Amino acid sequence: MSIQRSGPGSAVRLRGFGWRHAGRKRWAVRGLDLRIEHGERVLLLGASGAGKSTLLAALAGLLPEDSGEQEGTVEVDGRDPRTAREEVGLLFQDPETQLVMARCGDDVAFGPENRGLPAEQIWPRVDEALRRVGFRYGRDRPTAALSGGEQQRLALAGVLALRPRLLLLDEPTANLDPAGAALIRDAVAAALDADTTLLLVEHRLAEALPLVDRVVVLAPGGGVHADGTPQAVFAAHGEALAAEGVWVPGQPVPSRPATTTAGEALLTADELALPPRLASVSLTVRAGEALAVHGPNGAGKSTLALLLGGLLAPAAGRVTATAELAGGDARTPPHRWRAPALVHRIGSVFQDPEHQFVTAAVADELALGPRRTGRTEAQVRATVDALLDRLRLTALAEANPYTLSGGEARRLSVATALATAPRLLVCDEPTFGQDRRTWRELVELFAELRDNGHGLVTVTHDPEFIAALADRQVRLDHPRSTP
Amino acid sequence: MINLEPVTRPDAPLARRNPVAKLAAALLCSVILIATLDPVAPAIAIAFELALLPLFGVRLRVLARRAMPLLVGAAGVLVTLVLFAAERSGRILVEAGPFLVTSGVLITALGLVLRMFAVALPGLIVVATTDPTDLADALVQNARLSARFAYGALAAFRLVPLLAQEWQMISMARRARGVDAGRNPLARLRLFGSTAFTLLVGAIRRGTRLAVAMDARGFDATTPRSMARRQHFGRADGLLIAGAVLLAGAALTVSVAVGTFRPLIG
Repeated sequence: MSIQRSGPGSAVRLRGFGWRHAGRKRWAVRGLDLRIEHGERVLLLGASGAGKSTLLAALAGLLPEDSGEQEGTVEVDGRDPRTAREEVGLLFQDPETQLVMARCGDDVAFGPENRGLPAEQIWPRVDEALRRVGFRYGRDRPTAALSGGEQQRLALAGVLALRPRLLLLDEPTANLDPAGAALIRDAVAAALDADTTLLLVEHRLAEALPLVDRVVVLAPGGGVHADGTPQAVFAAHGEALAAEGVWVPGQPVPSRPATTTAGEALLTADELALPPRLASVSLTVRAGEALAVHGPNGAGKSTLALLLGGLLAPAAGRVTATAELAGGDARTPPHRWRAPALVHRIGSVFQDPEHQFVTAAVADELALGPRRTGRTEAQVRATVDALLDRLRLTALAEANPYTLSGGEARRLSVATALATAPRLLVCDEPTFGQDRRTWRELVELFAELRDNGHGLVTVTHDPEFIAALADRQVRLDHPRSTP
Repeated sequence: MINLEPVTRPDAPLARRNPVAKLAAALLCSVILIATLDPVAPAIAIAFELALLPLFGVRLRVLARRAMPLLVGAAGVLVTLVLFAAERSGRILVEAGPFLVTSGVLITALGLVLRMFAVALPGLIVVATTDPTDLADALVQNARLSARFAYGALAAFRLVPLLAQEWQMISMARRARGVDAGRNPLARLRLFGSTAFTLLVGAIRRGTRLAVAMDARGFDATTPRSMARRQHFGRADGLLIAGAVLLAGAALTVSVAVGTFRPLIG
């Protein structure tokens, strides 16, 4: 069946478009002129905070008029997007908060039901959408039994079942491991037909570039910074974009191998296990060494980080601190230490920075740990100021941690762990979803810590991070696949 | 942890009934049985309900495991009443120091426990035999409940198990920041409060994201919603409701006939 798809206007047309969320001083996006024709596949780039997600929400008609202030116009097929909702499909980052129903088929049917499609047409559409994304299971498969990548693939099927003419993808692989990201890239490639317009926001350019024929870069202050074919844009602006934080292909990142050899052991794990989350693993963490733990989703990497961080009690085996790390306390396992003693020795940085925020201001977050470990107010002040400066957070000292952008929140969560000067730092996916600039700063900071004799354990999917920093690697496999 | 997954053989004749019919039958049965304070009517009703279990395709042992919190509660009620009831009429059964157990007290306590079970059992059976999706479908199609409410609640329900994980994660994150309460009960209370607040903030954010994702798929569309899965309300479903009323009515009649009936009001 072929549908007549020559609408009255461009697929997307923005004239001087701007949006300011209610209650915010800053415009999320401003002064944007952009025209996207039917069937174009566009990658939207821009440093974090450039307004990419706001733009997608506007195009999907998800910015109610009373939720902020608009400038200029935005049109989808010549119409206000709020009245052209059936034209547009939007896929978000997090599969967990996109799936509605308990069974896969029901979830894909959810959209067509909302649009009032007659029941006898719904199931053929569901089957078609599942087939287009290469879904491997039946309609009755419970959504909870899917991996993150499969869930996201299902969410894509749910969007495609609405047959949108404009498909918006908002960092669809950001929450997935490399295998899951590949699943989604293949599913999108297979699902696109000749006259679907695609607008994609994605940090991982290597994943995104095979899907697009045009790149649009938003400028941080508003407007369009660059626009054209991927080759043209990266040839003309590659270096500038890389400096702004965009992951430009072919722009190398510096490598920071250790300048000294590893020192004394700080922490050892002996046949440490927590079934069913983590199968038995033994390792030693040394001073002046960066140890990278990698492996597929579900292998228990985060669990290992929590066990090494003294936050979780093991079910089998043990974690032992050396006297070098813990002095007289080395006889007790880290998970039994009082929290103020723990943060003095082992700092933990969680995958989700927001889990770790306890106060209402950035400066207070940084002061919390040092105060708990009994420093004088003058020492606390000095530590806080040094960290604010080091991690470019000085201007945000009074801001609420929950209002920070992804990169700022990550820098703050690392800074809070460093504030108590622990000898050992355990980080779970510290570079996850970060732009290139923050990424480089983190690598630089970790390298410095390592070279100053700190021990560093990072759980990570990021091969570039491992290549740039790690002195040693440990691979974890899925508990089911190890004997 | 409370488990709400259905545990039935799907082909059992009464488990297959319309979820709204099952819910109505359970509600009516419970409401009627609340009307009396005696132990006879609920005992009869419980006997019938248990006898009907095979028709619902639920095994007694599975149901008993589900009813564990109820069993514990019932034991608590029994002990409390037997030991501390104010009115101690009837024959003295046990007299041990300050404890005086009389036949009147025992009958009242037993009546209360049996009522608890008679009222809760139909609900437990409905939960054990009903898929939440089917229930939402039937509530929208057969009971005219708003789709926005029914499916919104269903989607939110899916996020509940995440809260327990999230609580553990936030607690560990606090410890990693050097925050723990030690043995100070006041500090414990404060820590509990601040952890709960963080959990709430996270739950609201996640709920908002889910709501936006649902709206992006047209959940807020003004066109009338269609139904991919049909729920039928047939004669058998009507009969189930009538049967439940008859059963509860019969139990009350017997209780009146043997003279144990004690109305709740009056």
